[in-house]
Formats: sequence, C-alpha cells, structure tokens
Amino acid sequence: MTEPKKLKVATCSLAGCFGCHMSLLDIDEKLFELVKVVEFDRSPITDIKHCGPCDIGIVEGGVCNAENVHVLKEFRKNCRVLVATGACAITGGIPAWRNNVDLWDCFQEVYHYGIGLENGQIPNDPELPLPFDKVHPIGEVVRVDHFLPGCPPPADAIWKFLTDLAAGREPKLEYEMLHYD
Amino acid sequence: MPAELETAADPAGLKRVVIEPVSRVEGHGKVTILLDADDRVHQVRLHIVEFRGFEKFIQGRPYWEVPVLVQRLCGICPVSHHLAASKALDLVVGAKQLTPTAEKMRRLMHLGQILQSHALHFFHLASPDLLFGFDADAARRNVVHVAAVAPDVAKKGVLLRKYGQEIIRHTAGKRVHGTGSVPGGVNKNLSRAERVALLGEIDTVVGWSREAVGIVRKLFAEHAQFYEAFGRFASNRLSLVRADGALDLYHGGLRATDAAGNTLFDHADYQHYYELIHEEVKPWSYMKFPFLVAQGAEAGWYRVGPVARVAQCDFIPTELAEAERRAFLAFDDGAALDAPLGYHWARMIEMLHAAEGIKELLLDNDLSGGDLVVRGERGLRGVGVIEAPRGTLIHHYRINEDDQIVNANLIVSTTHNNQAMNTAVREVARRYLDGRNLTEGLLNHIEVAIRAFDPCLSCATHALGRMPLELELVDDGGTVVDRLARHV
Ligand code: SF4
Repeated sequence: MTEPKKLKVATCSLAGCFGCHMSLLDIDEKLFELVKVVEFDRSPITDIKHCGPCDIGIVEGGVCNAENVHVLKEFRKNCRVLVATGACAITGGIPAWRNNVDLWDCFQEVYHYGIGLENGQIPNDPELPLPFDKVHPIGEVVRVDHFLPGCPPPADAIWKFLTDLAAGREPKLEYEMLHYD
Repeated sequence: MPAELETAADPAGLKRVVIEPVSRVEGHGKVTILLDADDRVHQVRLHIVEFRGFEKFIQGRPYWEVPVLVQRLCGICPVSHHLAASKALDLVVGAKQLTPTAEKMRRLMHLGQILQSHALHFFHLASPDLLFGFDADAARRNVVHVAAVAPDVAKKGVLLRKYGQEIIRHTAGKRVHGTGSVPGGVNKNLSRAERVALLGEIDTVVGWSREAVGIVRKLFAEHAQFYEAFGRFASNRLSLVRADGALDLYHGGLRATDAAGNTLFDHADYQHYYELIHEEVKPWSYMKFPFLVAQGAEAGWYRVGPVARVAQCDFIPTELAEAERRAFLAFDDGAALDAPLGYHWARMIEMLHAAEGIKELLLDNDLSGGDLVVRGERGLRGVGVIEAPRGTLIHHYRINEDDQIVNANLIVSTTHNNQAMNTAVREVARRYLDGRNLTEGLLNHIEVAIRAFDPCLSCATHALGRMPLELELVDDGGTVVDRLARHV
C-alpha cells in the first residue's frame, strides 16, 4: 500500500514575535504524529529558504517592511490555502501600536538620543529593507483563506485546524478555542 | 584579521552573497558576504533588518500593563521580558523585597523558561548540525529528520521542552505570554496538588538533561580540534552573579571579566547600568553594538549568555550542574570557553541546573503560601535585569505621577552578543570560505556559528525607526532649519 501523500506546509514569521510558532510546537509529542501527515517546506525549523508549492501556508505577524511583503506574496503565490495565524497577522497586533506614534521622533529617540548612545546615526544601509510607516494586517496585502485568532492561538486550536485540513474537512474550532489571550 | 572584515576597503566591484533568511534561529536576520574575483572574503556582516518600536509606543501606557505587553517582543522567551519588566516595576510600586511566595514563584517560572528555551534551541534548532554535520543535505537538517534517525533524542528534546512549558503554564497561567507576574509580586501561587503533579516527572527531566550535557561533552571530546577552533575568538564577558559569586539567573550584581578572566567590575548595581554600558550605532544594522564604557567601543565589546555565565560564576549552586561546569572549564585547559560551539555545552549545563533548581523549588512549601504582593513607597523609575536564556536582559522605565510610562530603554540579550556574533561569522568566513567556491554546506557553516549563540533576532528587532533616509537643512549656526524624510 502506498502512503497517502503528505500535506506540504510552509510557515513564516513576518512582524511577529514567534509566539505563534511556539504555540505550534506546543502540540508537544503530537508533533511526531503531525509529521506523519504533514511535510514542512520553508519554516524557521527547516533550512528551506524559499517557499515552494504548498498546500498550506501559515503566516505569523503583520507586514512592517518591504521584505515582509516579498515573503508574503511568495507564500500567497505558492500556497493553496493561506492562514493568517495570530493577532498580529490578523490585525497587525501589538506591533501595529506603532501606527499611532510619530515615526520620525521614534527614530531620533532610538538611534540619536537614547540612553548611553554613542555614534548616534540612523541606520541607512541598502541591505536594510525599507520599513513602512504603518504595520499592516496581512489581509490588506493578499487574500487570506482562514484566520486563526489568539495571541498566540492555543496549541489545541492549531492542532485541530491542521488535522481537519489534513483529513480534508472544513476546519472548525470550538468557541472556547477562539480568544485573544 | 576578522575586525577588518567588517567593512571592505572598496566594496565596488565585489560579488555579494547573501544568506537570507538565516534559518533555524528565532527572528529575522541576514548575512551578507562580499567576495572578490578570487573568492577572497572582504566583508561579512550579520544584519538585523527589522524593528518594532516598543520603547516608543509604550510611552503613555499605564505601567501595570507593561509586564504583559512587552513580552510580545518575543514569544520564545516571553517570561524573560515578563519578569525583567516586573522587576523594574517592583521598584515603582516600592516593593523592595518580595514575599517568599512571590520570589519563588517567579524563580520557578524563570527556570521553566530556561529549561524550555534551552531544550528548544538545542534539540529543535541546533542539533541537526551537530548530529548530521554542517554540510549535510539541507533537506535533512531539521528536527523532523532527527526524529526519523534518532527518535529517542528527538522525543526527549520535545518532552523536556514540554515540561518547561508546563512549569510556565502553572506559574504564569499560560505557556506563551502568561500573566503570572505583576509589579510587586505574583497573582497566583502553586497548589500542593500542582506541585505533586510536577514533581512526579522531575527526576526523569533531571536525568534527560544530564544526558543532554553528555551529548555535547561527547561531541567535544570526539571532535576536539574542530569544535575548539570553529569560529573561535577571545572577548570580555558579562553576566549577573549572586552576592556569593554563584550562578543566579534571576537576580544579582553585574560582573564583567576580560578574555583572560581578570575582573573588570564586580557586583555592580544594575540600577546604574548606563554608567557601565554604552551602545554604538552602525549604519548597516538596526541592532546596536553595546560595549563596556571603561574599555571603549573598540575593545569593550563582550559576550553574554551561557558561556559567559558558566565561565564567570564562582560555582553553580546545584550539584550535578556544578560537576558538569568543572568538566567544561577543565576541558583542554579551558579551550571550550572561547569556542562558539562551547555555547551548546554551557547551555546544556544550564538546562541541567534549571531542572535541579525546579526540583528544589517544587519541594518548597513557600510556593503554596498566600502572601503574593507587597507595596511600599512609590518610585518613578526602575531598572530590572535578569539573565534570560540568551544572556543579560535590561529593562529600564521611568513613569510620571499619572502612572504612565514616559521613557523606556531595553537592551536585550542578543544585542549584547551583536559584536560577538559578527566576530564569530567573520572568523568562520576567513577560515572556511576564503578563496573557496561557496557551496550551500559552506554557507551553513556561517549559520552554525550564529546559531551557537541562540540569537533571538525577534527580541533584537524591538527598536523602531522609519524610512532610513533623511535630509537636513542646517543653517550656518548649525541649527536644523528643516528636514525631509523619504516616506515609503
Ligand atoms: S499574535 Fe501574539 S504570539 Fe503571535 S506573533 Fe503576534 S504577539 Fe506573538
């Protein structure tokens, strides 16, 4: 008997804190069950640097710079199903608090006038991707198929979601699994 | 000389090789390498390419929000930020001395964090390099493949992390971004039933942690020459130590030593850290470069984290970890101390210490006490420092009479290691890449050196800027008349 084809899953963190990825790993030993039905493509736990054709793309974090957009578009292009995972991807989350402040003052404060700063200057190397004035939810940049809420979404919710998809079911989360904190 | 590899004398016309994203680390980083036509390396840089702006956007927020807010800097070591912020704000609410229950709950939470973070780094992220070789097939360099060929190792790694996460859940209320610590104390204790349940597994956890130290010790013994030489550099060190010189990850005074082990300062009060440590800005990274003020920017950079802590403390106050510390220091006359890969060894020793420390604490009835919070005379500033999994973490806040944050400064662990990581990758580039045809496996050598530090680039992106181009109109007296910034 041939084994059923594994689902290809890519994951990335944009302007997020990695907490959503931690919550994925918080499925603990079920991780070994998961990899029986799922194969990881680009992800912080593999050395694949670019997302190839995938069934599911899990995106953590909002969009804060040009590089984020690049990665996000690569995910959208390659992933059949794209999942905005966690508050940051869905709404911008806490990093989007910076949308309320004057960015000029920020930069001055952090790189010119901070406590104990020497050689104050604003980093300006071409290797640094251009930051945006605002942090955006990923849904403002690409089409999103599913939203998995929480900060981070509970491990059980991630597990239920992925196993539903792997089994070909429409993912359905109980009310208790839908919360921010 | 590696210092010279920071900036190529003449970058025009050089080939650029980029590693992006640096994988199997937490957060966003990239490495650029500039080579000439003969593949000689002229410049190597680890760039931190993102920023967040926590220092700025928490201004105006009520101070009590901060411990749950700032941990959103980093989901890998949220407890570190949760606790460093709490410690700083203890001073704001006038809690000079916490209740025994509060202090021990926090210490337990912290050790849970050390355990889970160190296990995560070693087993989930770094072990494929060490077990399969740095230039093994990239498709196999991951924990899934570890699970396939060494299921026992992978399983223990996953369960060690799980146990640490469970300690966090019981103390903080939630595995990632918990809420257990508040200015002045904690908001829950640990019931006897919880303690008994957690104690049930602790001997296994201690045993596995010991095995993990053994894995690295053995690797060092088997590949001594390679492990010692890989990316090796000498530097100053910085960490907290307890009043009696013991390793203490939760509280203490600052100790700094030079590469030879001579004391630069000791038991320094971290409330005045900014007199000891300054930061330099370089145009090519959003992460600043801290250094010891007395030694200056050139010579004053240092390393933090497991190696610095294990090397600098006078002893580790738990038995098994102390025995392993001695073996680590004695190995080839201290050869592991300057080796980036020595971080893995020291990290596992700390994991063992955390496991032993958790056991000690769980047996302590104070954890089930009912006195959770203290208050005293209000203050308007506070500095909280903790030894996070990756190294010394500094949180500094000022508030106003209306309880709002007016000013914040954070120096996260990975930032302290900025120069150290750059130096390590330059050493590796010089030794293994220079003049060669760059293969994927060789490039992974660079990442192996970075991974050794377990950088949390997620933490390191907290500083915020905006479009990094500015134009200033300055009058002849030097006053800025107008300025323009390019908006994206
Ligand atoms: S949603 Fe929460 S856990 Fe996820 S990346 Fe954002 S801050 Fe981190």
